[in-house]
Amino acid sequence: MSAVKVRRVLPGFGLSMGITISYLSLIVLIPLSAVFIKSASLGWSDFWQVATAPRVMASYRLSFGASLLAAAINVVFGLMLAWSLVRYNFPGRRIVDALVDLPFALPTAVAGIALTALYAPNGWLGSTLNELGIKVAFTPLGVLVALIFIGVPFIVRTVQPVLEDLDIEFEEASASLGASRLQTIRKVVLPALAPALITGFAMAFARAVGEYGSVIFIAGNIPMVSEITPLIIITKLEQYDYAGATAVAAVMLIVSFLLLLVINALQAWSARSNERVR
Amino acid sequence: MAVVAHAAPFARAQRFEASPAASDPPLVKWVIIGISLTFFALFLLLPLLAVFVEAFKKGWEAYLRAVVEPDTLSSIRLTLLAAAVAVPLNVIFGIAAAWAVAKHDFRGKQFLITLIDLPFSVSPVIAGLIYVLVFGAQGWLGPWLLEHDIKVVFAVPGIILATIFVTVPFVARELIPLMQAQGRDEEEAALVLGASGFRMFRDVTLPNIKWGLLYGVILCNARAMGEFGAVSVVSGHIRGQTNTMPLHVEILYNEYQFAAAFAVASLLALLALVTLVLKTFVEWRAGIQAQEPEAP
Amino acid sequence: MSIEVRDISKTFGSFVALDTVTLDFPTGQLVALLGPSGCGKTTLLRIIAGLEYATSGSVILDGEDASDTHVRERQVGFVFQHYALFRHMTVFDNVAFGLRVKPRGQRLREKEIRRQVKELLELVQLDWLADRYPSQLSGGQRQRIALARALAVRPRVLLLDEPFGALDAKVRKELRRWLRRLHDELHITSLFVTHDQDEAVELADRLVLMNRGKVEQVGSVAEVYAKPATPFVYSFLGAVNKFSGHVQGEELRVGDSILPIPAGVAATSGRDVVAFARPHELEILVNANGGPVGVPATVSRILDVGAVARVELSSLVPQGYVNGQGTAKGGEQFFEVELSTQKLSELNLAAGQPVRLVSSRLQVFEQEAQK
Repeated sequence: MSAVKVRRVLPGFGLSMGITISYLSLIVLIPLSAVFIKSASLGWSDFWQVATAPRVMASYRLSFGASLLAAAINVVFGLMLAWSLVRYNFPGRRIVDALVDLPFALPTAVAGIALTALYAPNGWLGSTLNELGIKVAFTPLGVLVALIFIGVPFIVRTVQPVLEDLDIEFEEASASLGASRLQTIRKVVLPALAPALITGFAMAFARAVGEYGSVIFIAGNIPMVSEITPLIIITKLEQYDYAGATAVAAVMLIVSFLLLLVINALQAWSARSNERVR
Repeated sequence: MAVVAHAAPFARAQRFEASPAASDPPLVKWVIIGISLTFFALFLLLPLLAVFVEAFKKGWEAYLRAVVEPDTLSSIRLTLLAAAVAVPLNVIFGIAAAWAVAKHDFRGKQFLITLIDLPFSVSPVIAGLIYVLVFGAQGWLGPWLLEHDIKVVFAVPGIILATIFVTVPFVARELIPLMQAQGRDEEEAALVLGASGFRMFRDVTLPNIKWGLLYGVILCNARAMGEFGAVSVVSGHIRGQTNTMPLHVEILYNEYQFAAAFAVASLLALLALVTLVLKTFVEWRAGIQAQEPEAP
Repeated sequence: MSIEVRDISKTFGSFVALDTVTLDFPTGQLVALLGPSGCGKTTLLRIIAGLEYATSGSVILDGEDASDTHVRERQVGFVFQHYALFRHMTVFDNVAFGLRVKPRGQRLREKEIRRQVKELLELVQLDWLADRYPSQLSGGQRQRIALARALAVRPRVLLLDEPFGALDAKVRKELRRWLRRLHDELHITSLFVTHDQDEAVELADRLVLMNRGKVEQVGSVAEVYAKPATPFVYSFLGAVNKFSGHVQGEELRVGDSILPIPAGVAATSGRDVVAFARPHELEILVNANGGPVGVPATVSRILDVGAVARVELSSLVPQGYVNGQGTAKGGEQFFEVELSTQKLSELNLAAGQPVRLVSSRLQVFEQEAQK
């Protein structure tokens, strides 16, 4: 009996693996490779010129900057929200818990026009803010608001299960050893939540960088000011500048891949430290 | 987001609040709840309310008129069509991928899981762009398609393809952890008892994953119907022909038909709410299933 | 039906789970595969069932090579460690499953299936649970349903993986007796995997002792107890006291002291050996007159509960004789003696008292034979 071919008892490995690989190749991998092949046809110096043009650079700064800031804000408020949902009883908690996933379920275009209606200078919130001299819609601040909206569930939903699994005994042990509540939170609870928080941060950031639908309505899309990178790609496409669009897309894709690797590593770390906590 | 992982009971809050060691002072508690709920209201609840308020700003009749307008109806049809193709395909893919990954050992498994998740990390705009690069007039298959008079990009097939791309991982990523947690014992038991591969799958595997599968389908469907960026790139925005509901919202909005735009948007918001209700229901059901003790 | 395995090896990557194992399981017997966790016993059971394929070697069922027969066609009954009951099916449907999935030509009529399932549920005395779901059963009930399900297809052999591992002590004991009676009624060739020697002894006709992927010894319970083939077998089958020493004529020299070798114990003079004695085989000498007979030890704890009392002792063993089991750092070694309460009161021991130990029986293994 040769050991070259692994024999399997459960059936269907060949079939299911065949479907998986073919489907992924046809729908995802081969089309995605087009981005790199097409941008390679541009040549290095042209590629560099397109990918680092001042207007494109401004869009990177906005997309990455606003995404980082939005994810950071979500870490703070998402943690509080997750904490409230797991640790406190308050009226309407179940509804709040269910609605946290709204940004996953609500089409981005709908979110976009709704946020614009709220924050436009004549909108519900916008009119008040306007009087205070704060302009949200059609400025980079508007981009930030939209990115906060879509990032909320990433933080809450990665922290929440870890918080639920965190046994009460750790805090009781800490208190019995004489720690104050604040010391317990800082030295026992937060370190246990850190992997999940960082993972949620990275996921929210990755999603925000590529976000399009909820941003374009509220951003105003002023070149060099409130134009996000995905919009640059669309604009170039509409001008039939396929090579240019592809070059910018390649830059974004590489960043996405790197983020994906980071998130994977973070998730593995998070899972491992959860085991240790238990 | 896994269906079972999130189905944890609510009762534990009581335990923490009753503990002298792990409870927070009332003031701290209400300040944190206050901040959380303000954040929640400002960023999640208000936008949702805004959709419905803006939709009915000009009254019921205007609302109904916007909804039954032929272009709106055709966008609804296209959205349903795209979801009707994308969801079943991704269900087949999801089950196949989860079966291969969760029930078998092979090298490179982790890498394959990463590949399955890949569409989540790609910007929707790029998801649309890649199909333009493959099927567009200047794309790889462009000349061939032109010769045979087949339109993919700026036509319905392109919209369906882009929808499939952005929803590829939904079913698979629900099923993989679920099937991994369930192990292989029950399938092996079925085989020992003489069941064929098909019987084993139909009578043992499928009933065990039904809630996870349903959960994946609900999320997949919501995204398929709501996708905007990817579809926008490949659509061509031809009214009555290549507009999905989200694209129709955009066109109406850009034409300053705000009430009409919000009316169509309210349908999508309603879909989102139904999704959340179904999702909560499935989590609750799956939670019951998961809490049934495994053989101790 | 008989089972033979010939030169079975199984590797997982570089880990050798089974190393050229050859065994015969005669028809109608109940055999225990006994060994510590990770010794390969479950892997062997799964290979016999067809749930795993060996890297090399063959499985012969009833004289026919079944190595390439799919698990579906092997007609074995397998009871999983955690039972693997189908959680969405009732007890009845679980037991009926094997009958219902038969190809159309061989399938019984539904009425006949119902009759047989009912019979099986009566056999395991759980017919009143037919409409329940597995999650509504206790561990012991699940176990019996799993067995009924395995028996439904009239298996040629019955394989059980740690059948009582997931149960609490009391249920375990009841079920053991019940399973033994069932086996005596059905006489179906049965193999079960366990790491619990009491369970193996109580249930099995024959024992197969395994360690690190190899078979250490095969034999009836009495044989294995009377003539353990290796130090591993001896120490696995019960509590042990260990003496490392040198054989000189009729005596075992342990450091400066002498342990007389009882008559009938084979030991070659001039060899370095390890000798073992069970707790009840040791004797405590209180007044040793300072002579060299007996291994010196100090009483550390006396447990006087029930009919049999236990005395724990410790001793400082000279350097060079301290190896492996039973010894602690710094050369301290522990002993355990079992004796009747009556004897204990005669000895009138106290903690801290120096005594000497001799043995009425010794099992001697030469040092080379030791792993």
